[in-house]
Amino acid sequence: MGISIDASGQLLEQVVEALATRSPLRIQGSDSKAHLGRPVIGETLDTRVHRGIVSYDPTELVVTVRAGTSLTELEQVLDEQGQWLPCEAPHLGAGATVGGMVAAGLSGPRRPWAGSVRDFVLGTRLITGHGKHLRFGGEVMKNVAGYDVSRLMAGSFGCLGVITEVSLKVLPKPRAVANLRLQTDVATALRLLAQWGQQPLPLSAACHDGEALHIRLEGGEGSVASARDRLGCETLEPGFWEALREHRLAFFADPRPLWRLSLPNATAPLTLPGAQLVDWGGAQRWLKSEAPLEEVRRIASQAGGHATCHALQGDSGESPFHPLPPLLMRYHQQLKTQLDPMGIFNPGRLYADL
Amino acid sequence: MNILYDERVDGELPKVDKAALLASLRERMPDLDILHRDEDLRPYECDGLSAYRTTPMLVALPERIDQVQALLRLCHAQRVPVVARGAGTGLSGGALPLRQGVLLVMARFNRILEISPEGRFARVQPGVRNLAISQTAAPYGLYYAPDPSSQIACSIGGNVAENAGGVHCLKYGLTVHNLLKVDILTVEGEAMTLGSEALDSPGFDLLALFTGSEGMLGIVTEVTVKLLPKPQVAKVLLAAFDSVERAGRAVADIIAAGIIPGGLEMMDNLAIRAAEDFIHAGYPVDAAAILLCELDGVEADVHDDCRRVGQVLEQAGATEVRLARDEAERVRFWAGRKNAFPAVGRLSPDYYCMDGTIPRRELPGVLQGIATLSVEYGLRVANVFHAGDGNMHPLILFDANRPGELERAEALGGRILELCVAVGGSITGEHGVGREKINQMCAQFNADEITLFHGIKAAFDPTGLLNPGKNIPTLHRCAEFGAMHVHMGQLPFPELERF
Ligand SMILES: Cc1cc2nc3c(=O)[nH]c(=O)nc-3n(C[C@H](O)[C@H](O)[C@H](O)COP(=O)(O)OP(=O)(O)OC[C@H]3O[C@@H](n4cnc5c(N)ncnc54)[C@H](O)[C@@H]3O)c2cc1C
Repeated sequence: MGISIDASGQLLEQVVEALATRSPLRIQGSDSKAHLGRPVIGETLDTRVHRGIVSYDPTELVVTVRAGTSLTELEQVLDEQGQWLPCEAPHLGAGATVGGMVAAGLSGPRRPWAGSVRDFVLGTRLITGHGKHLRFGGEVMKNVAGYDVSRLMAGSFGCLGVITEVSLKVLPKPRAVANLRLQTDVATALRLLAQWGQQPLPLSAACHDGEALHIRLEGGEGSVASARDRLGCETLEPGFWEALREHRLAFFADPRPLWRLSLPNATAPLTLPGAQLVDWGGAQRWLKSEAPLEEVRRIASQAGGHATCHALQGDSGESPFHPLPPLLMRYHQQLKTQLDPMGIFNPGRLYADL
Repeated sequence: MNILYDERVDGELPKVDKAALLASLRERMPDLDILHRDEDLRPYECDGLSAYRTTPMLVALPERIDQVQALLRLCHAQRVPVVARGAGTGLSGGALPLRQGVLLVMARFNRILEISPEGRFARVQPGVRNLAISQTAAPYGLYYAPDPSSQIACSIGGNVAENAGGVHCLKYGLTVHNLLKVDILTVEGEAMTLGSEALDSPGFDLLALFTGSEGMLGIVTEVTVKLLPKPQVAKVLLAAFDSVERAGRAVADIIAAGIIPGGLEMMDNLAIRAAEDFIHAGYPVDAAAILLCELDGVEADVHDDCRRVGQVLEQAGATEVRLARDEAERVRFWAGRKNAFPAVGRLSPDYYCMDGTIPRRELPGVLQGIATLSVEYGLRVANVFHAGDGNMHPLILFDANRPGELERAEALGGRILELCVAVGGSITGEHGVGREKINQMCAQFNADEITLFHGIKAAFDPTGLLNPGKNIPTLHRCAEFGAMHVHMGQLPFPELERF
């Protein structure tokens, strides 16, 4: 196991000081997701000083980790016990931290079947905009005491407080895995996926890269073997999913900006202004495009979803995140004002006026 | 300390003139069904926590969302508190009315608006019963996974407001894990959509924040839930143990073997006997505890897992392991468990259902603690337990007609919850805080945490008109609660943080 250091006192001190002088903080782990969101101007608060696994009891299916712990370290510790975080969060850089994983809320190819990062959050400790170090949720599977502050933190990009510690639900790894490839066009693949989605198949990833449908099956030996016989595909190299998760497939090398379109299940094939790759069984489409923001967003909205640009927006000040309806934005601001009254936590990272 | 709304510690409520309010509601919404006579109001005095009753000032029974919107606008303008109610099966007094408030009953919104087999979702009105969703989705081979024992009666709106669970949570998650989208009306009657039909949405995860918020942040007007393909087969193993500890250890052993059962439930001897008397499920009535372990999925896997779990249970010292022979027996095994509350209810004029969660490893100690407290308070306790996820439902038996017994049952319940907190657990796993656990919130959270909760409430309902007094105690209440505990000289866990 790696080094364990409780530096929460130091982080709290930095926040208290920032509050006293109303100076914005730019919260970061390893900056592996710095390309996502608007740039933040402020003093850096580096969570990596606060790291280590606080407790892990495999039979409880819970691990509690300090935010600055490297995600790789956590994954290794779980792996030694035959367990994992099923949401398969992307690292997007060698030093990705657990806090960054929660704050960014990104999930990997298993997401539609296993759940998102948020779905595995059970509890958090936070440094708040009132300069307090508080605890919400806990290490138990079910807990409805008070508002669900912990899950609210997932995907909040550090705009509501500093996550110092998280408790996560973990699960045993499946006994069997099969990686398959089926030569077919996108339209046929999406039609097949819509059918398969209604059947109890042990699917755990499905992607179409423009050439073929790639599928992963995970479960018991019996279900994986029978599904594999039924689907009758050729075998795929297992490294594919990690390459997809980490944006290392050839598709991602395209120099144009990267977009993520999140869409309803069973969305028909979309004509997009650029190169696309279908992930999440169709519910997520990656796009490489130089089309204007408005165009990509309009296509995503019309299909019932939204679009996020995974590339910095230069000096335009535009948010790479899909704009919120005005009423929803007003409540976002009111929530931000309550939890971060001085506006010191990652101001503007999500939206200019948040 | 009484849990009924007490303006002295829970905050002053606006003074509302009933006749004037009724007149303006009738004028503004002539077609809205409103109850105002005492005898009509009485059925709405309480929810499933029936020991506590308050007659609401008025009951509104809207049938259209625009009526809800108009009602909220009017109540907001006139500063009238509004308490939402679904089916009224809540066990923590979340839908307990206020004498100075309108009870907004959402039960008539009972239409299933859309089932999309390809999109794997159902879009429904908030008053739709939990079970009705799975029944309607069944022809497509799909179902809605969260299955509270009250599923024949409780509404999906109430499930969202409580983040309800069920016996299949460990594998399939709680309500929060099975929602795509919730439409709400704010306290001012503004319509807002949280989430979407896609798997994620931009901005903060307000869908997660609203789930379990007990009608304090907004009124749920439409819910889109995920549907899952029905597992091909489900099998249930019943294992008997001669000690509760051994049964508890068997649960950890199953998980250590890398198996996540669809359901994993435990009952102690008193609960077993009560259920057997009532349902004739075929439970071994001499066992100190039984485990029900459901394995579901694809045939071949379920077969393997049954064999594995069977071995684990035997190694863990089960005195008997039985596989339900057929679907009828499987349903009977579950019927015993799902009817455990009413079954225990037959043993005693009244019972009080608790809902604490603990890390599973603490189970033997906590059960021992409950047994000791049971003797100390002179009240019997039956234990029903979502063992897979550490959610206990101790059922305290008492007779409300005997002076002092209700108070004793409550005091015992409070001690049990504090025991849960002391071992790192929670005062509520799925039934919510409502009014029932308003005092124990002060043991679970410190003043700064409670202040942050009030901040969240203020972001959505600055005037505090939605379900006032529920879920989050005032600091004033906590101060008195803390003082009372010390005063009685029985501060149960002096190491706990208090204020
Ligand atoms: C026998 C029995 C067994 C039970 N078993 C379980 C179980 O296994 N798991 C479990 O989790 N619970 C269980 N419960 C508790 C209860 O059924 C759940 O809490 C359920 O979710 C409540 O739904 P309801 O429609 O009855 O809500 P109500 O009791 O009417 O209301 C509950 C809360 O939701 C709010 N609310 C209701 N509708 C809306 C709306 N449209 N918008 C905003 N707020 C709203 C109310 O204000 C209140 O705070 C059980 C109850 C009983 C009686």
